[in-house]
Amino acid sequence: MGSRASSLLREEDIEEIKKETGFSHSQITRLYSRFHSLDKGENGALSREDFQRIPELAINPLGDRIINAFFPEGEDQVNFRGFMRTLAHFRPVEDNEKNKHLDASEPLNSRSNKLLFAFRLYDLDRDDKISRDELLQVLRMMVGVNISDEQLGSIADRTIQEADTNGDMCISFSEFIKVLEKVDVEQKMSIRFLH
Amino acid sequence: MEDFWGVAISVLRMWFSLVVGLIMLPAMFGVSLGITESYMKVLIKTLKWATMRIQRGAQEQQEQQTLKASASNEIIQRDEGSMEQEIGELRRSQPKHQEGGDFALSDVFYFSRKGIETIVEDEVTQRFTSEELVSWNLLTRTNLNFYYISLRLTILWGVGVVVRYCILLPLRITLTCIGLTWLVIGTTLVGFLPNIRVKNWLSELVHVMCYRICARGLSAVIHYHNKENRPKRGGICVANHTSPIDIVILANDGCYAMVGQVHGGLMGVIQRAMVRSCPHIWFERAEMKDRHLVTQRLKDHVNDKTKLPILIFPEGTCINNTSVMMFKKGSFEIGGTIYPVAIKYDPQFGDAFWNSSKYNMVSYLLRMMTSWAIMCNVWYLPSMTQEDGEDAVQFANRVKSAIARQGGLVDLSWDGGLKRGKVKETLKEQQQKQYSSMVVGEDSSGSGDASD
Repeated sequence: MGSRASSLLREEDIEEIKKETGFSHSQITRLYSRFHSLDKGENGALSREDFQRIPELAINPLGDRIINAFFPEGEDQVNFRGFMRTLAHFRPVEDNEKNKHLDASEPLNSRSNKLLFAFRLYDLDRDDKISRDELLQVLRMMVGVNISDEQLGSIADRTIQEADTNGDMCISFSEFIKVLEKVDVEQKMSIRFLH
Repeated sequence: MEDFWGVAISVLRMWFSLVVGLIMLPAMFGVSLGITESYMKVLIKTLKWATMRIQRGAQEQQEQQTLKASASNEIIQRDEGSMEQEIGELRRSQPKHQEGGDFALSDVFYFSRKGIETIVEDEVTQRFTSEELVSWNLLTRTNLNFYYISLRLTILWGVGVVVRYCILLPLRITLTCIGLTWLVIGTTLVGFLPNIRVKNWLSELVHVMCYRICARGLSAVIHYHNKENRPKRGGICVANHTSPIDIVILANDGCYAMVGQVHGGLMGVIQRAMVRSCPHIWFERAEMKDRHLVTQRLKDHVNDKTKLPILIFPEGTCINNTSVMMFKKGSFEIGGTIYPVAIKYDPQFGDAFWNSSKYNMVSYLLRMMTSWAIMCNVWYLPSMTQEDGEDAVQFANRVKSAIARQGGLVDLSWDGGLKRGKVKETLKEQQQKQYSSMVVGEDSSGSGDASD
């Protein structure tokens, strides 16, 4: 089955993905075989159900939000290109990549792209703002039934107050960056890919 | 024309007398003529040579990198910190909140990293697909990095195909057919005998004989360790489950009472014949659902010390032999002595795992019979009994860990039923609860529960 998987992936595609995402050749072929084994419908694309079939992801309180990050607005399928593009956010930032920050196109694993990934987990309606209501909903996903509405409400209020600088009672992406400026995003939002 | 038939018949006669003389008879009496051993030696040498060729080929293409990569099958390296540690670390750089609950916007980093990690590589789903090999074993089943390497290797592979399909396959099919026919005839005949001691003895003899013939039909090379711990009468033998062949492997070295559902077709014929000579426990489909009835019948069997040990695979599904998954507690509620057995196949010569969602029984057996061989190790572990104050679940876990340790398998607590079913909502609730206690602190989480 491995041989079939690799033969479906053409060299040109690998090259393009390499350029776009920064993954190495062997990482791409390995991740392709993973993509292929997740693809139960065998149609070259993953659906939300394909992701939900991973038990460890299904028990992740934010599992549904993370799955959602793979699907652009209105789509219910993601192909290998898109799959890799989302995964690339979690590539570690390498030293030589840090220096060429002034490039025309920013790499997917840059600090601000990593932050944007996290921001979008909160931004349920994709309007580039986190409202109190959205924050509450995400908090509820994380804590389940264990904390009262009242207590959760006060946590949300305080979080927004601290982050909000222009007084619109929402957290914009720039305010989000400001709050997290001391956090080691590069390391905390990275996965150690081998080889 | 007559000449042709004459030749054909004499060839067939030759074939059968060779099969009977060199394989059947030794198999029936458990003697080894050393044919399999020398076959294995040749095989190991050939595979070694092939691996060397592959390595050299890779070096020529300056791809040592990919080959090294294939030495370990992992894609990522995970941090094994607990939720408390990791989120604590995340919050360190942010102002502390004392009252009203602790939450930081960066807490989602933990969940998103964990989530992406499981998408790239998870512990459960890959146990339900064939294990990836470190080097190519010249079978059709290949890993990602092995394709055309050299002419000589391709020729070797071609010779392998001819040998496996034109010589080994017919031989193995013949043997299996003889074995199964003998099982049906033998057990039926023994079934007519009155219930005396000779009957038990004969029945065991017939069973072991047939399984030995079937094992040769798979070219199984089995090493049994610690034979002094072999399951005894009136006990339950539990083993990790990789494929239906597990039964043939274990029954080669002793008789077991099988537990299972009544099947139709060929399986049904075999089952009906087997139960005539010795008390196997077959359930009708409807009976299986009645847990109480199942437990009662198993209890009755175990309490009768003259009856054969029951063989149970408590995982309830086939796992790819890299890990042991949750043991269903049912088998541990029966009582009696548990005899754990660890079975570990050597994947180099053939993949024993039955991926039942991908292959049906016949095509699985065909794959088995066209593999090089089935090589496996069986360890009998010291018997275990439930300790005071230990419930069935804890006992099941203890037995599972012992098997995992002995077989060199990964000890997982996940349910093998996830192969088909969905994960239980309670596991997610546990995660949420754990996180909640980080937000409001251990003691106040109790009051949060009460208010709901």
